[in-house]
Amino acid sequence: MSTSESDNEADLPEAKDRRHFLEKATCAVAGVGIVAAAWPFVSSMNPASNVLSKSTVEIDIGSIKTGEVKTVEWQSKPVFIFHRTPTQISAMQDSTGSEIDPQADDDRVLKPEWLVVIGLCTHLGCVPSKKQEGWFCPCHGSRYDNSGRILRSPAPKNLHLLPYQFLSADKLLLGKA
Amino acid sequence: MSKVKKWVDQRFPLSSFIKHDLVEYPTPRNLSYWWNFGFLAGFVLILQLLTGIFLAMHYKPDALLAFDSVDHIMREVNYGWLIRYMHAVGASAFFAVIYIHMARTLYYGSYRAPRELMWWSGQALLLALMATAFMGYLLPWGQMSFWGAQVITGLFGTAPFFGDEIVIWLRGDFAVGDATLTRFFALHYLLPFLIVSIVVIHLIALHHVKSSNPSGINLSAKNNIPFHPYFTAKDLFGLGIFLIIYSYFVFFNPEFLILAENNIPANPLQTPSQIVPEWYFLPFYAILRSVPDLLGGVLAMGLSVMIFATLPFLDRSKIPGGAKYRPIYRVMFYIFVLDVIVLTYVGAQMPTEFWTLVGRIATLIYFLTFALLPFLSKYEEKKLRQKGLPEEIEELIRCEEQYGRGGKK
Repeated sequence: MSTSESDNEADLPEAKDRRHFLEKATCAVAGVGIVAAAWPFVSSMNPASNVLSKSTVEIDIGSIKTGEVKTVEWQSKPVFIFHRTPTQISAMQDSTGSEIDPQADDDRVLKPEWLVVIGLCTHLGCVPSKKQEGWFCPCHGSRYDNSGRILRSPAPKNLHLLPYQFLSADKLLLGKA
Repeated sequence: MSKVKKWVDQRFPLSSFIKHDLVEYPTPRNLSYWWNFGFLAGFVLILQLLTGIFLAMHYKPDALLAFDSVDHIMREVNYGWLIRYMHAVGASAFFAVIYIHMARTLYYGSYRAPRELMWWSGQALLLALMATAFMGYLLPWGQMSFWGAQVITGLFGTAPFFGDEIVIWLRGDFAVGDATLTRFFALHYLLPFLIVSIVVIHLIALHHVKSSNPSGINLSAKNNIPFHPYFTAKDLFGLGIFLIIYSYFVFFNPEFLILAENNIPANPLQTPSQIVPEWYFLPFYAILRSVPDLLGGVLAMGLSVMIFATLPFLDRSKIPGGAKYRPIYRVMFYIFVLDVIVLTYVGAQMPTEFWTLVGRIATLIYFLTFALLPFLSKYEEKKLRQKGLPEEIEELIRCEEQYGRGGKK
């Protein structure tokens, strides 16, 4: 086959189609390769394994007296563990909080005497301080009751719950239901 | 899409830049794969920047934390091992590619007019690359890191009058310490941006004088072909080959070029039994050790790197083309390459009497190559012209004498 013949062949419509197909296939494979190569870099910015190892924490709650709150750290966040008195429990079980975010107390606890919530105000993330009737956020004045439910804005939500379980009567595992 | 393009083009020469400098950019059609290495160097530079920025997100430039933070990257950060090995192997790959790029320039005489500024900006890039690699090597804070930095910063102590003060100023401490580590990290992050800007200058110069080619003669327009698709395809094929070799080291043999000693944390009270620099510094290290006088050794080492810049002056031959058409120059090229390989080997050996002698002979040959070049290149030209060159070549030489090399014909 002479060169002039093959030149002519390269100009045929089928040859052009084939070339376009090859171009697109090459670009597609290159695209997949670039995405695959980018993944390790994106992934490296996710929490490293030493950070993930903080995802569960065992807490001894035997030392928390009735009526006392203990603040512990879980996933770099404060968690309130509140040992409630019978009066506080019945008061909370009788209400559903305010109309901002109504919720039954039973839905917020595993055992009524233990309230476990994330200690960050749902408004902008300050740590509320314990008061007689619940919690008060020093940043913008949000109020929560003894079930961690929002009573006064600006916070839009009740204090967030987290997965936890009782390993024994006085041992909690935070981070895993 | 075309509307957006039009809007941009009225304000920024995007389309014409792509057309003139990427797509239609005229490239000699006879370029061999030896012309791949500039592109590969650019690719490795981007790879090093990318992996380096991600490493910096997890690394801690503090003498108490540095070693452990590298361990943290290797064991705990997602794909940290991959990013670190890519960066470490990338440093070696960078030098390998650059040294081949330089050897190609030497063989084909690409440093000659009108490409002197390309050669000199390349020389600046080599220096910046060496400084960046040297400072980066301190960061893992292992024994080799520490003692390598200790020895090299110590070399500045040979400076007259203020030697000791300069060394302390460089280190920010009486020995390499936390202050040194922190500033090396800052500079290791800074210098790549300097490298990028010199690369831009290198490329602007390239697009002005255009690529050299294996014939060594500036080709007429009809012998140029568009960069795309011919050389985009050729460069990408070369990249594929490069990546196979690179990936072999990253995935199957990442510790091949990392000295085991560097997995021991830095200890200012104990020097390893033998200090060996990274392979890419070995020829220059061998030259340093070959000179009996310390100051002389430091000067010889500095000169051995910087002497490349003098080549456009030293090579006085008017014979166009590369080593292929210049028998004496060709022999000198091969002797020089062999000599650098010998120096690399000697640099890694214990300084026994025998290896010191070999190192001294090799050092002598290294500098003699440059010293003899002005005479041998002139002699070679005379001989070749006596023997009779083809009339076209003689005419080319006459043209260049008249208009200057690279001028209009």
